[in-house]
This record gives sequence, C-alpha cells and structure tokens, in this order.
Amino acid sequence: MASVRSAQVRRRDGGAALRYLLPAGILLAALLVYPIYQLVLISLYDYGQPQASGVAPLVFLGLDNYAGLLSDVQFWTVLGKTVGFAAACVLGSLAAGTALAVLATRVRAFPRMLLFLAALGAWATPAIAGSYVWLFLFDTDFGLVNEVLSGVGFTGMAHHSWTFGTFGAFGLVAAEVIWCSFPFVLVTMYAGISGVPKETLEAASLDGASVWRTSWSVVLPAVRPLLMIATVQSIIWDFKVFTQIYVMTNGGGVAGRNLVLNVYAYQQAFAGQEYGLGSAIGVVMTVLLLSITGLYVRSQRRSSAWL
Amino acid sequence: MKLRSVLPAVAALALLASCAPAQSGPAGAGGDQTSGTLRVWMFDEANRAPKEAAVKEAITEFEAHHSGVKVDVQWVPVEDRANKFSGAFNDPSNAPDVAEFGNTDVSSYAQTGALADLTKDLANWSDGKDLIPSVLDTAKANGKIYGIPWFTGIRALYYRTDVFAELGLKPPATLAELTEDAHKIRAAKPDLYGIATGGKFAYALLPFVWANGGEIAKQDNGKWTSTMDSPQAKAGVSGYANLIKDDICPPAACANLTGTQSITAFAGGKAGMAIGGDFNRQAVERGAVKGKYAIVPIPGTTPGSIAPAFAGGNLLGVFAASQRRSLAAQFAELLAGQKYQEKMYAAMGNLPTLGSVQKKVAANDPSLKAFVDTIAAGTKFVPATPAWSKIDSQNILPTAVQQIVTGGKDVDGALADAVAAMNKNFG
Repeated sequence: MASVRSAQVRRRDGGAALRYLLPAGILLAALLVYPIYQLVLISLYDYGQPQASGVAPLVFLGLDNYAGLLSDVQFWTVLGKTVGFAAACVLGSLAAGTALAVLATRVRAFPRMLLFLAALGAWATPAIAGSYVWLFLFDTDFGLVNEVLSGVGFTGMAHHSWTFGTFGAFGLVAAEVIWCSFPFVLVTMYAGISGVPKETLEAASLDGASVWRTSWSVVLPAVRPLLMIATVQSIIWDFKVFTQIYVMTNGGGVAGRNLVLNVYAYQQAFAGQEYGLGSAIGVVMTVLLLSITGLYVRSQRRSSAWL
Repeated sequence: MKLRSVLPAVAALALLASCAPAQSGPAGAGGDQTSGTLRVWMFDEANRAPKEAAVKEAITEFEAHHSGVKVDVQWVPVEDRANKFSGAFNDPSNAPDVAEFGNTDVSSYAQTGALADLTKDLANWSDGKDLIPSVLDTAKANGKIYGIPWFTGIRALYYRTDVFAELGLKPPATLAELTEDAHKIRAAKPDLYGIATGGKFAYALLPFVWANGGEIAKQDNGKWTSTMDSPQAKAGVSGYANLIKDDICPPAACANLTGTQSITAFAGGKAGMAIGGDFNRQAVERGAVKGKYAIVPIPGTTPGSIAPAFAGGNLLGVFAASQRRSLAAQFAELLAGQKYQEKMYAAMGNLPTLGSVQKKVAANDPSLKAFVDTIAAGTKFVPATPAWSKIDSQNILPTAVQQIVTGGKDVDGALADAVAAMNKNFG
C-alpha cells in the first residue's frame, strides 16, 4: 500500500517538475540546443555561401572539416595564443579583483563607494566603447599615454605604436579585458569576504593567528566557492573574447598574429565564407570550454568539502 | 509521462525534423512593384561628400519621375563588404534592391544566385552600346552580365611636385627608381613617408608583380593554380615589401594601411608619393596637397615602360530577390547613364565606362592622361573565378606582405604559405 502511494507521489512530483521546467526548457531548446544542433550539423558539411543561399547541393563531409582544422598549423598557433591570452586575462582580473576586494573591506564607507562606482563604470561600459576609448588613449600620434610618457622623459615613446608588436598588442588588449572584467570579481569577492563571520575571525586572532594565517586558513576556505564561480566565469568570458581583439587589433593584428579562436572562427566563417569550417571551430571551442570548466570544477570539488 | 522518457523523445523528434543544415531558399523570383522604398547600397569612399551629392541628385530626379517611390541609400565600408553582402545573400528579405560592388567580386556573387542577370536590360538600354567592351567583360560571369559598369578604377602614382622639385628629383621611370626616390624623400624629410603604401593594399602590390613578369595564377583545363611562388612574382613582392621599411614607410605605421588609408595620408600631406586610383582624385584635390601634386603611370622595370595596372572598377547590380525589379534596373541605368557618369566624373574624378563620355572628359582634362596611358599600355585582372572573392577576403596576399615586412617570414616562406592557401581556395 505504502509503496503504491509513494509511486503515485513520485509520479505527481515528476509531472510537477516537468511543468515547472517546461518554460525554461522551451527557452533553452530554442535559444541554445537548436543553434548548437545546427552548428554541429553545419560543421559536418561543405557549407559555403552558395550552399547557404540554397543554389548549390549540400555535400556531407563527415569529419573532414575537423580533420582539416586539426592538421592546420595556424589553428594550433591561434589556439595556443588564445589559451595564453585567456590565462593572462583570468589571472589578471582575479588578482586585480581580489586585491581591490580586500582593499574595499579595509577602507571606510566613502572611499569604498568611490571604488565601487569606478569599478561599476568600467563594468557597465560596452565592450566596443571601452575598446575605442583605450585605442584613443594609446594612439600612436595623438594618444594621451604617449604624450604623458614622452612628457616625463621617456622620449622613445613619442610615436610608439602599442598595437603593432605581437606582445604589445596582446598586452594592451589584455589590460582592457582585465579592466572591464575585474569588477565582477571585485563584487563577488567583496561579498564573500564581508560574509565571513566576525566571531570566526576573532577566534582566529585570539588563537594568535597572524593576518596571513587568518587569510589563508580562515578567509580563503570561506570564499572558495565564490572564488571558483568567479574563476569559471572569467575563463569562459576571456576564452571567448571577440570584440576587444577585433576592434583593437583591427581584426587580428598585422598578418593575423593577434588572432584568438573566436575572431579566427569569425574570419573563416564570414569573411572566408567557409561556414562549415567556422562551425567546426565553434564546436571545438565549446568542447574545450566545457572540458576546461568541468575539470576545474571537479578539482575544486575534490579539494574542498564545501561543494 | 516521466521526464526521463520525454527528453529522448523530444531529442529524437528534433533530429528527425531536419537532417541537413538549414539553407535559405534560392533567391525568389522577386517582384515588380512600382512604388515603395528602393534600397540602395553604395561604397563609402575616402571623401564621400561629392559622391553623395551626385547620388542624391540622381535620387531627386528619380523620385520626381516615379511618384510613390523613395530611394534609401546605405553606405558600406569597402573593407567590410564581404560580411554585409554575405548577410544579404543569406537573408534576401533584408537585401538591397540595387548595390554597388567591385568587379573582382562578380564571379562569387553570381555563384550565389542572388544577383539578377542584366544581359537583356543592357541590350534594351540606349547607353548600353556605348559601354567599353573590355570594361563590360569584367561585369560578366559565365557569359551573363551581372552589373552595369559604373566607373573604371585604374591606379597610378601620385607624387608631390613641390617635394620632388625641392630635392631635385624626377618622376621615377622605373620601379627601382621609385624605391630610390622614396628613400631620398624620407631621408630628407623624416616626417614624410617616402611613399604611403600599406600591407593591406593588394592592388598596389599587383603592378609590382606584373611588371616583373609574375602572375597571380594560371589556368589549365579549367583548374586554377597559383603562381605567386615564381621567381618573377617573388621579385615583385620583395620589391613592394621593400617600400614598407623604416627608411620609407615604417612597418609600425604602414603594415596595416589599406589603399584608402594610404591615399588619405597622401592627401593630408604626410607622404611624398602614393598609389591611388582615378576615383581618389577629388579626395586628394580637397586635401592639404591641392596644387602640389601630379600623377604619372606606375613605371615598369625598364625606363619608359608602364607597370600593368589592375583593371578595377565598380558595377551597379540588381538583386534577384528585389520586389521592384524594373525600378531597380531603371535606377541603376540612370546612375550609370551619360548624365550621371559625367557628374560622377566631376564629383570623384574617376574614369567613365561609356566610350563617348570617357573620350569627352579625357580631352578636357590633361590630368587624366596618366590613367588613360595606363589603360592604353594594357591592364590585367584577377583570376576570374568565384574563389577570388574568398582569397581576397581572407587577406592572403596582404598577410604574405605583412609577414615579410614584420620579419615574421622571408619572401619564400610567406609566398609558399600564400600559394598553398590560394590553391586550397581554387580547389
């Protein structure tokens, strides 16, 4: 009798769950599952402009697009640069965001408010606008930065082109990306740090723990889940950077040496009219991101009891 | 129904629903409405105002003759055209009715089926017989005409008469002299580029290749193969790359310059020379160097010879999906007709495509001589295949030049990559 009833309850629960999930499910299916399904499908075909316009027959290639991609030296170069660039951006925004969050917990209300206003301003600036502002600041001939640098004695910087060298251009774009993504880390970490119970900190100091010891053994474990969220978000954002690179390096730098994966995919797909190949890059990128994030989450889960 | 059993069913259904990627249907037959808004795409130029004025005048005339018709013009940046046009091909309902495009893109645009075949319209057009045949050839793909030639784009060498006189230089008679002069100008006037030219300016590079006897590609039995790794082509490319050096046009500033940007630099008085088209004359004339420049053909490798120029030019095409097919063709014919070719010549200074108009303006304007001489010496065209558009928009040749001038690769290495990339596109 009891087992029958519990089965009925389970069935009712399932139905209720289905109804609750349906709106979000439909939205996800329409906006995420279907596009990804199309992306995977297109990546299996020779899909150029004539095919997209429907005047040429579709040719099923199987995994040829992927084989071509993986045997292309440029793809690996671009992938390597993307990973390096994203890593620098993630570390930079985590470091800047966390450091400023710590600062924010230690200053009084007014300076803290100024700090948050400045950070939110950077956060709210659209990527395109931000990129152009940075470009103006670092302009070769008319930029404020070169003017100031040459004014204070670095005359060699008078007509320095910040976007010409491979590292110079990546560095400039990375700085811009960090500038507009650290506020998220700042806000998250500030919430985490100020959420650590005062009693715990007091107990630590009564036990004679130094500031470093307290930070390392009390605060850090407490904010670990938040730090993980911030890291995962940053990895996803910075790996997918498009606008900043596209705008600031004029579509990938001189001879394409500042290309990142997303801009590379865009150029293959739209400028090169190789939608099949572009989709294959998109699929590879999605798989890479999912696995990086998955591995990171798993490693965090193992090393902490909080999740 | 349980959630677990529903999900696979939904997924299976979705898979069944479509087993092939979505395609937009072939461009529809279009329509022939006689009122409404006619959408027109025009290329943005180094100095758009005079072109815009001429086009606006044509629009006013057109709207006066066709009641209930409004013409809406959008300006498309030349460098960004591949994306704009791809969008129009994929979504015919958002495509323009009339568009200006370069003759290098005809083969690939025609391949999408998005452009209307204008062969019959041109046969019935009074000015049609006046079109210069060699120019009309650049508007054809598979024997059909996909655009009305609007103006011819021929590039020549602009130079500063005041700077040349001051330094005791004569207009270069060979490409080697051109390099030497550029060098001298930069040495004497460090704030000027010896010649303003860029890594993203394929149509300045090509005359160097052709003058040295090189070719972009050759065709055997209908199959194209790149020949950019021939000794002649290599000589041309390295000759051009030698211009983008610190002692002529520093790579930090010039490696990314486009054709439009280099002529803008010349017009602004920042360069001793530049390679520019007939279509750039007004932009230069309105710049800081007015009255201080002259134009000569780009020299070849021996004194007295002229480097073969690229036979560029823009066309006015009609989209097949246009809902106002006749209106669109009529507007294109109005713009490309005698009256507005003359007005466009006055506005932009570019060479008309109608034989009678070209003769008339060349007789009255000695500064057109450099361009007319260049055409007479023989011009060349890019490989007439749909693959060229892709090669162009993938920046294959500019990338090779940029790799050379930044020291990333030597001439052999950069061109080997370029040849491989081009052959991949030729298929």
